[in-house]
Amino acid sequence: MNDGILVLVVMTALAFDFTNGFHDTANAMATSIATRALPPKTAVTLSGVLNLVGAFLSLSVAATIASGLVNTHLVTLTVVFAGLVGGITWNLLTWFFGIPSSSSHALIGGVIGATMAAAGTNGVKWHGVVSKVIIPAALSPLIAALIATVGTYLIYRLSRGVPDRTRSHGFRIGQIGSASLVSLAHGTNDAQKTMGVITLALIANGTVDAGSEAPFWVITSCAIAISLGTYLGGWRVIRTLGKGLVEIDSPQGMAAESSSAATILLSSHFGYSLSTTHVATGSILGTGLGRKGAEVRWSVAGRMATAWLLTLPAAGLVGAGCYGIAQGIGGTPGVVIVFVLLVIGSALLYLRARRRPVSHHNVNDEWDGATAPANAKEPAAA
Amino acid sequence: MDSWIDLDALWKIVVIGLLAGAGLPALFAVGLRAVSLPGRAGDAPAAGEADDDRIIGTNPLGIAAGALCFALVLAAIGWGIYSVVAGT
Repeated sequence: MNDGILVLVVMTALAFDFTNGFHDTANAMATSIATRALPPKTAVTLSGVLNLVGAFLSLSVAATIASGLVNTHLVTLTVVFAGLVGGITWNLLTWFFGIPSSSSHALIGGVIGATMAAAGTNGVKWHGVVSKVIIPAALSPLIAALIATVGTYLIYRLSRGVPDRTRSHGFRIGQIGSASLVSLAHGTNDAQKTMGVITLALIANGTVDAGSEAPFWVITSCAIAISLGTYLGGWRVIRTLGKGLVEIDSPQGMAAESSSAATILLSSHFGYSLSTTHVATGSILGTGLGRKGAEVRWSVAGRMATAWLLTLPAAGLVGAGCYGIAQGIGGTPGVVIVFVLLVIGSALLYLRARRRPVSHHNVNDEWDGATAPANAKEPAAA
Repeated sequence: MDSWIDLDALWKIVVIGLLAGAGLPALFAVGLRAVSLPGRAGDAPAAGEADDDRIIGTNPLGIAAGALCFALVLAAIGWGIYSVVAGT
């Protein structure tokens, strides 16, 4: 029992939830922002609210993140903490470079890395990792891309000859509706993962009994953290996903979001907690394939795929390293020092990003191959 | 059943995913097409209005068919959300 460490773990978990939110705003809203179906600020507000609702909607998958992947009896507070730091670090780095990468994988990678550092390779259930994480991660973008390709093809085929005004008006409504569904699905999926982690920490600390459900304050605080993060908006990632990968039009946006919503909801129904990012990216890619003449920038897709392959090992290394530092120093001071390092690192990265900011002002600027548009200026000193 | 991949769940996700994720948007597109149908050829422009601003066509049957399509899409989404909430 160590309530000091527990408080830090809960704070770190909520910070992770926050980064999860702003990293993943793009999954639901990048296409609506890119096609101007919604003004950027409205889009992130809507997405934030729906994430909040979604987080309360379904409470079935909480606590699945660790069970089945690591031997839970080996998990201590320090392990959970180090894993979270690994996840946050990877989320912030990929945000900085504008790469949509999976927050779930970052968290899983961090926890696995920290567990390995604490208990060796035997602490990890490798069969579970491959069958529950790696195989679904490889399949889900392909399935989403397939559905989006078929959907895009059908939509363009069936709406041929519809007057332009009806078309653009109708598909924008469809796009907003389908993007809202993705936001809702994101809330039901991703907020749960953090609830599971906090509950795990509470169990590890003996605060609640093993097998308990997430207490209400955990549910509420996670819901608020993820929706605040979503509202803040990860503009760098939104830009890459909305403008960088494929130039998209409203009908394609609707096809992409419908495919994402269907894939995410169905998979979680069948017990696969998969990455919303992988699904959304697959869908957007598919919608580029389904429309004749649409340009898919494979170099951007390749950069994302590389980041996906690196997510688990990179977050794992950071998780293991943090566990090493915290354990090496020992006790509460060790955890506090890693926490301080995390805060300093995040602040430095934030300041670095401010030099070439991407915000709701320039998120839709012409894609010139860079995360931040060429004209992005350092904000005038206030 | 394979211990690495749950093929049974996989094909269900693909098939139902195609129906919901591609079929519903397609139905929505059909609905749009239906509501935008003109009544009789040359009818609408003769009315002398700014017809380019029209979003909805003038064919009552088309509007009804389109509304049915939209209602089906909404019902499917509602059922989907319900099954997620109830499936806890």
